[in-house]
Amino acid sequence: MKISRIFKTIFMLDFLGGLTIALRELFKPKKTINYPFEKGKISPRFRGEHALRRYPDGEERCIACKLCEAVCPAQAITIESSERADGSRKTTRYDIDMMKCIYCGLCEESCPVDAIVQGPNFEFSTETREELYYNKEKLLDNGDRWENILAANIRADKPYR
Amino acid sequence: MNYLSIIFSETYKILFLLVPVLVSVAMVVWLDRRIWAFVQKRQGPNVVGPFGLLQSLADALKYIFKEVIIPSSSNKIIFILAPIVTMTLALISWAVIPFSATQVLADINVGILYLFAVSSLGVYGIIMGGWASNSKYPFLGAIRSAAQMVSYEVSIGVIIINVLLCVGSLNLNDIVMAQENLWFVIPLFPMFVIFFISALAETNRPPFDLPEAEAELVAGYQTEYSGMMYAMFWLGEYANILLMCAMGSILFLGGWLSPIEIYPFTLIPGPIWLIFKILFLFILFALVKAIVPRYRYDQLMRLGWKIFLPLSLTWVVFTSSYLFYFNLLPTN
Repeated sequence: MKISRIFKTIFMLDFLGGLTIALRELFKPKKTINYPFEKGKISPRFRGEHALRRYPDGEERCIACKLCEAVCPAQAITIESSERADGSRKTTRYDIDMMKCIYCGLCEESCPVDAIVQGPNFEFSTETREELYYNKEKLLDNGDRWENILAANIRADKPYR
Repeated sequence: MNYLSIIFSETYKILFLLVPVLVSVAMVVWLDRRIWAFVQKRQGPNVVGPFGLLQSLADALKYIFKEVIIPSSSNKIIFILAPIVTMTLALISWAVIPFSATQVLADINVGILYLFAVSSLGVYGIIMGGWASNSKYPFLGAIRSAAQMVSYEVSIGVIIINVLLCVGSLNLNDIVMAQENLWFVIPLFPMFVIFFISALAETNRPPFDLPEAEAELVAGYQTEYSGMMYAMFWLGEYANILLMCAMGSILFLGGWLSPIEIYPFTLIPGPIWLIFKILFLFILFALVKAIVPRYRYDQLMRLGWKIFLPLSLTWVVFTSSYLFYFNLLPTN
C-alpha cells in the first residue's frame, strides 16, 4: 500500500469527503416534486387519454374512415358507421379498449381530420375494468372537456408535423 | 398498601420515561427517512401532518391493522417471543440513562455494565426470530447478525474500558461528572470514532446492515414477520440506535453537561443538552446511512477483529500507562 493510501485510510479522508458532499446536497433544492399537489410539465405531444373532437359548430369531426382502426397495432379500436340523412358518413359506434391500447399515438397520426387525439390527461385510473372500455359518448365528452388544451397542443405541434 | 403505593409511583416513573422514548423513536424514524431523502435530493415523507411529522404514527396504525402471519412451519412460541424480546431489551436499557444529576430511573452503581449486558442480549431477539422462522433467508440473516454483533461488542467493551480507566466508576452519573472539565471526546477522540463505527455495526445500520441486506437476503431475520410483530422489530431497532447515541453522548460527549459553563448555556436544563447530543449523533447515523455502500461480510469481520480490536486494545495500554505515569489514575 502506498503511504498516501494508508494516510487516507487512517484519517478517513474519503469518508469525510463524502460527508461534506452529503451535507452540501442536503440544502440544495429538491429534484422531485410533490406529485399529487404539483405536477411536472408535459410536452404538447404527450400521448395520454383519448378524446374525439368536434368542429366549432358542434358537429363531430370523425368521418368514419376507419384509418385509426386499421392502423391500431393493438386492435383496441372498434368502429361501426352508417350514412346520415344529410348524406354524410358518421360513426354509430366508436369504442376504445383502454387496456389494450399501448398509447403509441398512431391513431392520432393517421386521422385526416384531427378527430381522434390523445390529450394531456394521464390520471384516468378506475376501480373497475368495465370503466376502461371507452365508448363514443365518453370520448366525445373527453373532447369537449379538454378542447382548449387539445387545440392549443395541435397548434403548438403543427410546425413539426 | 405500602407496596401498592411503591408500585404505583414506580409505574408512573417508568411511563414517564417510556412514553417519551417511544414517541421520540417514532419521530426519529421520520427524521432518518427525511435526512436520507434530502441527501438524495428527494422530498421524503411530507404529507401526513406538518412536514410529514406524523408519518410514523400513520405507519404504526397501518401495522396494527395488518394481519399477523405466522408461518405454519415456524416454531410459534419463539416466533412470537422474538420481537417482544427485541423491543423489551431495547427499552429496559433506558432505565439507567441519566437525564440529569437526579433524573435517572435506576441509579445503579454498575450502570455501564448493565447497559452493556442488556445491549449484548439484543442479539437473542434477532437469532430467535431468524431461527424460529424456519426459512433460509431469516436464518442466514440471523447468523450474520449474531456474528457481527458479537464481534463488534468486543471492541465496544474495550473502548468502554478506556473511558472507565479515566473515570474510576461504573456509575453513569459519575462518568458524566468526570467530564465536567474536559469531555472524553477530546483526549479519546480515536476511541470515539471507533465507538461510533462499532455502534453502527452493533445496531445493524448501514454500512453494516448485512443481516437485512435486501439484495441477497430479502429482509434478513424480518422476512417472515408482518404486522405488529414487524413494527416491534423496527421499534426495537430504532430504540437501540437511540440508546447507542445516548451511550455515545454519555461516554464521550459529557452527557447532560452543557458544553461551556457560562451564563446563557447554563440556563438550558440537562435533559435538553442530552437530547441535543443524542440528536447530533443520530443525524450522523442517518447521514452515514445515506452516503456509504454496504460492506462485504469478510470486510466486516476484518474491520472488527483485525483493526478495531487491536487498535482499541493498544489504546487501553496507552491510556493506562499515560494515567499511571502522570499519576492521574482516579482514586476513590
